[in-house]
Amino acid sequence: MTLTLTGVGYRYAGTSDAALLDIDLELRSGEVVGLAGASESGKTTLCLVTSGLAPRAIGGLLRGRITIDGTDVDAWPMHRLSQEIGIGFQSPASQLSQVAGTVFEEVAFGPMNLALPRDDVLDRTWEALETLVIRDLADRDPRRLSGGQQQLVAIAGLLAMRPAHLILDEPTAQLDPQGTRLVTEALARLAANGASILVAEQKTEVLAALASRTVVLEAGRMVLAGATGEVLGDPRLPELGVTPPAAVRLRHAARDAGLDARMLDEVHAGG
Amino acid sequence: MVELRTEGLVHVYRGSGVRALDGVDLRIGPGERVAIIGQNGSGKSTLVRHLNGLLRPTAGRLLIDGVDARRLRVAELAARVGVVFQDPDRQIFSGAVVDEVRFGPRNLGRSGAALRESVEEALELTGLAGQESRNPYDLGQARRKLLALASVLAMRTPVLVLDEPSTGQDRAGAARVRSVIESVAAAGRTLIAVTHDMELVAELFERVVVMRSGRVILDGSPSDAFGGRRLDLLRSTNLEPPVAARVASRLGVPGAVTEADLVAALLRRELPQ
Repeated sequence: MTLTLTGVGYRYAGTSDAALLDIDLELRSGEVVGLAGASESGKTTLCLVTSGLAPRAIGGLLRGRITIDGTDVDAWPMHRLSQEIGIGFQSPASQLSQVAGTVFEEVAFGPMNLALPRDDVLDRTWEALETLVIRDLADRDPRRLSGGQQQLVAIAGLLAMRPAHLILDEPTAQLDPQGTRLVTEALARLAANGASILVAEQKTEVLAALASRTVVLEAGRMVLAGATGEVLGDPRLPELGVTPPAAVRLRHAARDAGLDARMLDEVHAGG
Repeated sequence: MVELRTEGLVHVYRGSGVRALDGVDLRIGPGERVAIIGQNGSGKSTLVRHLNGLLRPTAGRLLIDGVDARRLRVAELAARVGVVFQDPDRQIFSGAVVDEVRFGPRNLGRSGAALRESVEEALELTGLAGQESRNPYDLGQARRKLLALASVLAMRTPVLVLDEPSTGQDRAGAARVRSVIESVAAAGRTLIAVTHDMELVAELFERVVVMRSGRVILDGSPSDAFGGRRLDLLRSTNLEPPVAARVASRLGVPGAVTEADLVAALLRRELPQ
């Protein structure tokens, strides 16, 4: 299944400037695409538009076409679209249902709303909790977890939906290194099972480890796009407000100091 | 200038019964720059929420300049310790940037030129000068985080506590956060940060406190924490040193924990003897 954006532009309600312009993007089954760019370059907006929440839930004006396997999704209501496309917000506080009393119920909330048989809901919920190693949080109150734990719970809720397309806005922002690794591995597995994933991240290390292609936004336009290794090594990246991965920076610093950067080659971009 | 001390600090969350702090003894002297690191749920945020009285210890105590924090009124505590939370939306409530930044210092009784000066300085340092009349919710999440930082910075508390300050910041925002840390340190104020950003820790902090399951398992310099000898402790809690420190140990340059240290050490090694 391919989710395609063609010539997409978007303007928030009550504003005169376009937040996105001329976006052409294809999210193919089995592939993770990275999204980078300075703050307010349009990453979150692109996540909202790609997931269909903008304009459906927040208004605004959309131009261009969004299709799934060639079918225009323009007329699809949110409940239909949300069975195909999952979205994870930047702040887990805005993701959690606020109605579930335990982490288990929170993660089961999505699949329950798909009206799946009870056993399927239980299986999916336990599997998602195990994937992110938060089984021991199952009985806890989601509102009384640390920020990072809440983020893992929010992502587990998305995994349990098994969406064909998953859009994630800075999914690892509050995670520790282990949580970041677990989420990265879970997303790679989800893609290997056929999902297409779009991940916006400031942590370029995560993109280096996960995304085959990466696009960079500046003022709502795509200014760089290509294989992740090339994009993250592009000398223009810092000017675009994006911090390259530490390994890339280290190589550049060594080279600028006149050292033979090959001695660092054993270090991969992900560190 | 203020000295902070915790003695056997224990915190059990009511309801869940989770022992988030399990006997923490720390002394943080005036002007120190301390990074607190640890896994999600290790007690970092619980610890800092005690420092401004948001949480009360279940057992043990917090001493501020030798006085038990329980004896201080909230306003007295707020004048000494400013805390910036990781989620700006739990902090911001004003309709305009400048009102948000004015709120704290005004509550501390500042007015006139002193108020204006501290607000201007905070806006300048966080790159929000010129945005005074904007609604905070028209700013992106990263700039709202800088606004939350500005609003606490403007209070000019002797102790500043930052919870995940660099999270979600782009290159320019991360540079702002660094310059704020440097300027607070230069002014001799105490700076405490909770963070997963190991490079920030290696580059800007002189002391690293590592927490695991509500306890302090390591308290030393960045090269103690990241530089080799104690690496097993760090890894026992699933943390990794910054990339530069890992490369340094692989290339046999012990003690280098930042990119600059590493490059300098490699240059020295390349020089003809």
